[in-house]
Amino acid sequence: MLETEVVVSPSPHIRAGYNAEGIMWVVVLALVPASVAAVYYFGWPTLTIILASIAAAVLTEAVVVTIMKRPLTIYDGSAVVTGLLLALTLPPTVPVWIPVAGSIFAIIFGKQIYGGLGYNPFNPALIGRAFLLASWPTFMVNWVWPEGALGWAKAEALAGATMEAAGTAADAVAGATALGLWRQGITGIPYLQLYFGNIAGSLGETSALAILLGGLFLLIVKIIDWRIPFTYLGTVLLLAFLMGEDPLFHLLAGGLLFGAFFMATDYVTTPVTPWGRVFFGFGCGLLTMLIRKFGGFPEGVCYSILLMNITTPLLDRWTAPKRFGEVKANG
Amino acid sequence: MGLVTFKKGIHPPTNKGLTASLPVEELPLPSQVVLPLGQHIGAPAEPLVEVGAEVTTGQKIAEAKGMVSVPLHASISGKIVAIEPRPHVCGSMVPAIVIESDGADRLTPELTTHPNLDELSAEEIKALMKEAGLVGMGGAAFPTHVKYHPPVGKKVDYILLNGAECEPYLTCDHRLMLEEADDLLLGLQALMKAAGAPRGVIGIEANKPDAIVALKKAAAGLPVSILPLKVKYPQGEEKMLIYAATRRVVPVGALPIEVGVIVNNVATAAAFGRYLRTGLPLVSRIITVTGKGVKNPRNLLVRIGTLVEEVISYCGGFTQAPGRIILGGPMTGPAVYRLDLPVMKGTSGILVQTRAEVEKPPVLPCIRCGRCITACPYNLLPNFLGDYAEHDKLEDAEKYGVMDCRECGSCSYVCPSRRPLLQMIKNAKEKIRAAQKKG
Repeated sequence: MLETEVVVSPSPHIRAGYNAEGIMWVVVLALVPASVAAVYYFGWPTLTIILASIAAAVLTEAVVVTIMKRPLTIYDGSAVVTGLLLALTLPPTVPVWIPVAGSIFAIIFGKQIYGGLGYNPFNPALIGRAFLLASWPTFMVNWVWPEGALGWAKAEALAGATMEAAGTAADAVAGATALGLWRQGITGIPYLQLYFGNIAGSLGETSALAILLGGLFLLIVKIIDWRIPFTYLGTVLLLAFLMGEDPLFHLLAGGLLFGAFFMATDYVTTPVTPWGRVFFGFGCGLLTMLIRKFGGFPEGVCYSILLMNITTPLLDRWTAPKRFGEVKANG
Repeated sequence: MGLVTFKKGIHPPTNKGLTASLPVEELPLPSQVVLPLGQHIGAPAEPLVEVGAEVTTGQKIAEAKGMVSVPLHASISGKIVAIEPRPHVCGSMVPAIVIESDGADRLTPELTTHPNLDELSAEEIKALMKEAGLVGMGGAAFPTHVKYHPPVGKKVDYILLNGAECEPYLTCDHRLMLEEADDLLLGLQALMKAAGAPRGVIGIEANKPDAIVALKKAAAGLPVSILPLKVKYPQGEEKMLIYAATRRVVPVGALPIEVGVIVNNVATAAAFGRYLRTGLPLVSRIITVTGKGVKNPRNLLVRIGTLVEEVISYCGGFTQAPGRIILGGPMTGPAVYRLDLPVMKGTSGILVQTRAEVEKPPVLPCIRCGRCITACPYNLLPNFLGDYAEHDKLEDAEKYGVMDCRECGSCSYVCPSRRPLLQMIKNAKEKIRAAQKKG
């Protein structure tokens, strides 16, 4: 007879060697290159923004779940991911209370109010960013170029006019992102500069190289599905081409790559079915190009993804896969 | 590369190295056996003997009751000491015949052999299947002869033997294919004749190359092909195996016969072959005793009805206080909480996990990662089904195909939030079935 107690539980009795907490930390790891690029291009203050954002997110989560008498969830890494993602969508010039306010809002109104991890309909980091943009727009569009990154603009202006005119043009350029300039009709940023990321923009969005490093890593370790980022990017490329714009510029400028690899792939707020993900990526791409071309802001990645988040339950339902052996009606 | 398989599925560590190279040993004659009258799907058998009676090995001691049932045979010689409810793997007490061994293992004189298939008609072979007490030995324990009474007009193209052994840890079928190839092929040919099937196919996962070679050699000249399969779980699930071998898709809710295939386990075929050759019905089987919690993992030939405790003590006992004891493989085998349970016809192994292996971190909410959907070979949405089950939304669960779940457990295996998806799905199925019965 058995002398000790044994576990009686339903099968299966073995589990894959990964878990949700581990996945969150791998996502954090994948965001390291973009974070490093932010500090490299915009200086040490950006690290303060990142750390403040993460700390505020984790603390808010701890306080909220304690008040709600729920289990302490801060070790699952999801609050860290939210804080980090939010920080990387902010301009490098923001005062430190901006990421704090954004993270508090993101955790409370983007996540916990719906019941916490797994239940939020919108990407919490993007909710935080949208809240900040609506509340303190001046801080949120205060762009700077990394030191010495405006050489291309001087060269452009010099080609046309006097030294004085060149200086004015450069001043106009200095406070706008690549997409902002494009809306004003100013183009000519070298592709390589866009690719490496020494341009104006949000902390984590400027360096395509750093984002691709992290994004491809997530693809390789199968934490994200290729469907959403690829259809998203593909749709933007195609639409830019059809609209007579420069597809490569639209791929590299703004927050597209960052959004496609790190925001539109958030598990909780995006479809779970293969085809749902394809349609989600397509919708994001379509909305992004519509906003860029015709919207009030030059950039539309954040709102595109938030808008598509709304469609997630519907997409899941419409794209439920056909069961194995399911007989077609009339077939 | 290039191996046939099904779509989706999972790749759990196979852990077969513990026992794969160990030849089958015969467990010494047990001092007693407990033979539940219901160890197959369908109606329990009816006892033919009374307490106090002397029985011989192979003697029929209970008769099949109705169509979906099989007779039961004494697996040792000795005295009937009880016919009473005994602990059963299902968790409750089930009527069983208990035989105390006389230590002599006297064979019943009634044994008749049928080594020559040419002398048997299809109908005779079907009757013999039942007489042998044959059930599916892969775990389901469905009476074999029932599969061979297809609806009129259904033609059988293939008898497909399942030698995939996709359950981690288990190596009993692997050893059987190596060591009992001749009985296996005799049994397969008999099954083919019974069904009028022109071809036999034996599907074997490619991690058993020696079994593939051995069977290829033994099957030379027969209308039987040996089909290496990709190593993937649940490769041995009936519908997945059929798809891998024939590219035929068994419709939802239908039986394999619908696409001209009958599937049997390799152990079932071998047991039938042995019966035809020796006359000895299904009174023993090979099981794998394995896991970190067992001192000496082994492949054992044991008499049906041998108690788990006797098997474990033969294997040197536990290495430490066991964490979980599973009858069968880790993906589908039931966990048990006592050792006085008998090895039955459908018991493929005993897996003992250590305490460290059963530590259970808390269940998290679904993070909608979609891994269960990527894993589910039946193209279901286990995350939603689990959700519907949890909230008693049975109509939604049914609409999204909960009844088509074949309970392979892949969804639970891959879930990073450790959600017991299969358990929730099983609950929903049970509730739906109960409601249907009532209605």
